[in-house]
Order: sequence, then C-alpha cells, then structure tokens
Amino acid sequence: MQIIEQSEQYDVIIVGSGAGGGMSTKILSEAGLKVAVVEAGPYFDPKDPVTQTQWKWPWESPRRGAGTRRVFGGYDMAYGGWEIEGEPYNHIDGTQFSWFRSRMLGGRTNHWGRISLRFGPRDFKVKDRDGLGENWPIGYQDVKPYYDQVDKLIGIFGSKEGLENEPDGFFLPPPKPRLHELYYKRGAEKSGVTVIPSRLSILTKRINNQRGVCVYCGQCARSCNLYADFSSGSCLIFPAQNSKGQVNLYVNSMVREVTTDQHNKATGVIYINKEDRKEYALKGKVIVLAASACSTARILLNSKSEKNPNGLGNSSGLVGHYLHDSTGSDRGAFVPEMMNRKFYNEDGVGGLHLYSPWWLDNKNLDFPRGYHIEVWGGLRMPVYGTGFNPNSLNEHLGLRVGGYGNGLREDVKRFYGSVIGMSGRGESVAMKDNYCEIDPTTVDEYGIPVLRFHYKWSDYERKQAKHMHDTFEEIINNFGGIPLGVKPSSGDFGLLPPGAIIHEVGTTRMGNDPKESVTNQYQQLHDVDNVFITDAGPFVSQADKNPTWTIMALAWRSSDYLIDQLKKQNI
Amino acid sequence: MDRRESIRSLVLGSLAGSILFESCTDDHTEELVDKIWEYQYGRNPQELEVDHQLLKEQFFESSEIQMITTLSELILPPTPQGTIQQAKVPEFIEFMAKDYPPFQLTIRGGLMWLNNYCNRAYGTNFISSTVQHQKQLLDQIAYPDPNVKQQKFEVNFFSLMRNLVVTGYFTSQVGIKELGYVGNIPNLWDGVPDDVLEKHGFSYDDWSDKFHDPSKSSEIAEWDEDGHLIS
Repeated sequence: MQIIEQSEQYDVIIVGSGAGGGMSTKILSEAGLKVAVVEAGPYFDPKDPVTQTQWKWPWESPRRGAGTRRVFGGYDMAYGGWEIEGEPYNHIDGTQFSWFRSRMLGGRTNHWGRISLRFGPRDFKVKDRDGLGENWPIGYQDVKPYYDQVDKLIGIFGSKEGLENEPDGFFLPPPKPRLHELYYKRGAEKSGVTVIPSRLSILTKRINNQRGVCVYCGQCARSCNLYADFSSGSCLIFPAQNSKGQVNLYVNSMVREVTTDQHNKATGVIYINKEDRKEYALKGKVIVLAASACSTARILLNSKSEKNPNGLGNSSGLVGHYLHDSTGSDRGAFVPEMMNRKFYNEDGVGGLHLYSPWWLDNKNLDFPRGYHIEVWGGLRMPVYGTGFNPNSLNEHLGLRVGGYGNGLREDVKRFYGSVIGMSGRGESVAMKDNYCEIDPTTVDEYGIPVLRFHYKWSDYERKQAKHMHDTFEEIINNFGGIPLGVKPSSGDFGLLPPGAIIHEVGTTRMGNDPKESVTNQYQQLHDVDNVFITDAGPFVSQADKNPTWTIMALAWRSSDYLIDQLKKQNI
Repeated sequence: MDRRESIRSLVLGSLAGSILFESCTDDHTEELVDKIWEYQYGRNPQELEVDHQLLKEQFFESSEIQMITTLSELILPPTPQGTIQQAKVPEFIEFMAKDYPPFQLTIRGGLMWLNNYCNRAYGTNFISSTVQHQKQLLDQIAYPDPNVKQQKFEVNFFSLMRNLVVTGYFTSQVGIKELGYVGNIPNLWDGVPDDVLEKHGFSYDDWSDKFHDPSKSSEIAEWDEDGHLIS
C-alpha cells in the first residue's frame, strides 16, 4: 500500500481543531489563506440533534448518565478520555501521568469548564520572583491586545476588580451567586480569602446575532446547542467556514508526521484516514500544529528524517520536556444548615458563579506558586450516583447509617444540595525532567509510535497542596460546615496525579535562545520557519490559571505574525 | 431527516458489516429501533452500537429479575408518588450489570447468598419467605458496621443494591418529580429567591450592580474603550 497524495494544495495545514487550531483557522482563513484543518475525530456540531445530550433527562439513558463510556458521565461532550481504545501510552520508572484526549471537531473545548482567566503580568515573569523555571520572552503588554480581542470575539462574563495579577477585560455581566457559593464566600472572606465573580466564556448577554444567549441550564459540559458557550466549532470553525474563508475539514484523520524537503522546509503532513485506514499525504506551504501539547510533541518527535534524526524542531532536545499540568486537590463539606432545602431552579451556568483567585504572596510562604479555588454544589439535576449512600451524612448527626425502606426517600430529599465542594487548582513548576517521549516499544492502532511519560510532583507542589487543604478546612469551619473524608496529611497531600486537571502545557516551550527553547515568541519553530505551534505546547509556565484563554490569545498573535511574514515573503 | 429517521439510519449504519446483520430481519430491526428510540440521548455511532448490543443481550435470568424486583421493593416500597417499576429500576440494574461487568458477580452471587440464607434459616428461598423473614435478613446486612474496615460480602452486596435502587429511582421521571428538582429547562437565573436568602442570612444588596440584568440579555453588548459595558 502506498501513500495517497491529495491533489489539493493548501496555504496552511492546521492540525487539530480545539482552542488553538480553531483560532488559527479563523484568523488565517479570514486573511484569505486557503486552509486545511486536520482533525483526528469525527465532525461534531453542538446543534446536531442526533448527538446532542444537552437537556436530556437521566432516564433517557439506559445507564442514567453513568460514566462507563464517557469518563465524566454519559452526557459529557468529550469523545475520548484518559484511556482510548487502540491509542495507548506508557510510563517510565513507575511515574504517573494521565493524558486526556477528546477526538472530535472542537476537541476538549466542547466539554471544558469555560473558566477563562488571563495570565497576569507576574505570570509571564515568574522566574524574576522565585528564581525557578524560566521567564516568558514576552510580557502581559504583548498579549493584552489579543486578550481584549478574544474577550470581544468569544464573549466572557466577569467583573472589574482591579486586581494586579488578574487583569480585567471586556466582560459581560456575571450571574448572581447560588446559595452554596454565598456560604463559600461567607467562610472564605472570614479567612481573608478573596472571592469574586467567576470569569467564564458563557454569554449572559448577546454579543452578535449568530450565537444565542445562556438559558441557565447548567449543562455547558454537554456543549451548547444555542452556541451560548465557547466551543471551538461553534465559535471559531463554523464562523470561519461561513465567512469568506476557504476552509476544508479533514475529519477522522490522524496526523502521523510533518514532511520536509531537502532544504528542511516543511512540505505537508501525512495522516491516516481512520475510515479506510490508508495513509494520505497533504501538501501545504505552512504547517500549524495545534493537536494539544503532548500530541504536537508526538508528531514532531515522529517526524524524523536524515536532517532531523531526533524529530522535527528538536535541535535543542527539548521537545516533550517541561511538560506540566495544573495541580489539583479537592475537599467536600456537609453543611447542616443547608439540609431540607426549598427547591427552586438553581442550575445557573455550567460552572461556578464565584471563585477565589490566588490571594497571597508566595514570598511569605514555603512554596513558590499560587492556586485558585473553585467551588461547587447546589440543587443540580440528578444523575447516576445521586442517592448513593443515601444517608451516609447521618454519621455527622449521630444517627444510624444504612437501612432500607421509605425512610431512604426522605434521606435523599433531606440531604439534597447540602454538600459544598472546593477544588484548588494551582501552578506547578515546569521541570526539564518531567517529559514525554516516543516509546519505541509500542504503536497505536494506526501504526504510529506512542508516547511514554516521565512525571513526578516535587515538594513545591506538595507544600502547595498542604496549604490548599489547610485553607479548605478553615473555610469549611468558618461557614459552619463539617469536612468530609480525611484531610490528607502526608505523601502527595491529596494531589491528583499529573494530567488529571487536563491543563498540560510546556512541551515545546518558547524562548529567545534556540538551545533553551523550541519556538520563538511567535510560536514558530526555531529550526523550521514554516512550522508554527498554537496549542499550549509553547507555554513557558502555566500560571495558576486555566490555559484556554491564553492559548487563544497567543494563537491569534501567532497567526497575525504568520500573515505578516507571508506578506513580507519571509516564509 | 427527522430525529427518529436519524436514529434509524444510525442503527442500520451500525449494523451494516457486522455479523449481527445477517440474523436481523426487518421486523427485528424495527424492534431495535423502537428500543433505542426509547433511549435517545445523543450517541455517536460507535456508542450506539455498544448500547444496541447491550440492550439486545439479557444477563439476569427471569428468576433473578424477580428477586431484584422484590429486593428493590423492600429498599424503596411503593408509594403513591412512585414505584420501582414506574422508575424501571430492574431494567436499569439489568443494563448496568452488562455495562459495568464487575457488578455481575457481586449481584448474581449476592442473590444466591440471599437464597442460601433463607433456605437455611426459613426453609424457603428468598422470594417465598415472608416479608417479616425478608426484613429480618435485611436487618443483618443493611447497616454497615462503622468500626469495621472491610465489610462482609453480604453487606457490600446490599450496599451496592441499595445504591443502584435509590439512584435508579431518583434518576427516573417519577423519582425526579418526587425529589422536587425543577431545572433542566430554559430559565432566566436571577439569583436565589428572597425568602431563601433571608432564611440563610444573605443578601445581594452590597454588590448587586455587578450582576447581569436578565431584561437586557438580548441587547448586543457594547463596551467603552476601558471595557465598561455600555449597553
């Protein structure tokens, strides 16, 4: 079987259709470039009634929404998970890393939490503060105009707070807090923890006539059929297709490698069509990799040639290194005052209405980087798992746990909505020794060598997690709650394994020195000037923020630079 | 193509090329379409094929389904608000045993354990035992000892059944109505009702100007150059 050459030639081939690939698609196609988007999963439109899970009741599923087939529950809109049949990955030296992939148009943007935080001035220059890791070659002022544009294009609610490292933007008005969020605020503020309205990319107000407005069903994780939340398909790729742009989608197409010529210029990509399982070659003048930090590293490392024996763009040997995910640890609390609640529609938006940005100065602490706190709870729609251990909270009321009979019905009603949860999401320190690389012993079902991971948390993260748990308990006591479970007091202090928070970044970090970085500040490979990376691979550090808003701001910046370079005929 | 037709084509599409196809008459296909139509909740073709396969199989024998029903009714006895049959709890448990095979041995073995116990203690199997005897048995296994780290098999079995029955009930149409959950419909969220706020000692007064005004949500947003919303 030979490689089938596609006859179409493209100005730009974009690999991946998530936040970074979507933004590159929109900006580059609207600049008049002919664009191919190559996506490993199927076509997906949140409006399609056949695949829509939004507004479904649990009884409409024979598994009542259990997570047996989709890891975040049967209605969650990610086709994939930490484990995908036929697409394994391995680990080195017994270390841990969980790699979440969503194989569909729009990728993980279809189900994510829509928490859309700008990195602040400090976040781009962390080394200046604590001497660890590396500074970004750019600062907040370089990215600010792009954050502003992303705010207006995509839509985000929030409130102007004037906090130094949590820059304000062009916000839509935030929704009022729910009851459990008010309890959280009461408890947090007693401990001096800042609490402000959250910043989510959900339309509480119309921003154009193409997208709808939030109807407060709380189901953003199912991808909004009104296009009232940000998903890459509904907000970037479809608009790009509908405007003057020339965009061709190649779905179910798994890119294996970037091809190069004798001058070490990229010439295109080779992908496997999952439907006919044949290899195809696609030609393009510029390649934009946006397959996600680890998938992009994998493609580069698999793009070996005589000139690039260690993979494309890897003269520094750093492709795959400095991989880092947000830290995460959680705690729940039972609030006796919230028993026997009056029921009203408290679905709200699909995520938290309030949160706590990092409120302390690490100079006074025994760990270098901060974290933010997310809060959850409320009168949510029942789903598989609702009513498990229906009266386990009796333990805290001096009552017997267990039993059977109609008393259980009353137990479920009594305790409904009386639990508040808190999640700390923090910044880890990027380490060279945390990395992914090609595993020569294993291929996936498309014959493509897979990744293996080497990742360990350090005391920087463990001490941060310890601080999270001390804070959680203090807040819980302040709002009159009873902490559930046991406070982690040793080992990793309750840190979830790396990869669990799904904020992996850093595998192709940017910098001015080609020996110490993979791309320049415009996310162009140092080694090959017609290959760009617009996922989170070029992040030097990930801040205590969710990466998506920065992925999009930087993808826009990178795309503007690319257009300019093409105009100047520098590429 | 309407939604039913879309589902139909997905079912047919998922059958094509599989060995199942040959054994499927048109009538049988229609029956499957009906069954899947009942569970119409946004599957992609691969997932639909999995569901279709699971719905086609039967794991529990009819005697086991009877026992599951009896046990479920002891866990949540029928009330005017709803019964475990209305909530389709036995069907749900049957499905979950196939969808999550680790349940199979626990449930099948647990049902046998109930029969063995009853035969020894009362000389009849579980279903034929009196309600009084059934309850005497449940009293032994329905209260996990909080001081024991590893519960006995029968206690874990009952806890699993209680979880499945209660979650099956409260994720059903009658169960959600009984619970009082009133969301999953388009809504204009404008905060916690005043009486609830008051009861818990909260107020939005200090910061209400920050929040959205539902009456203005359809006006297209405009900002001044500093990012202040002006529409």
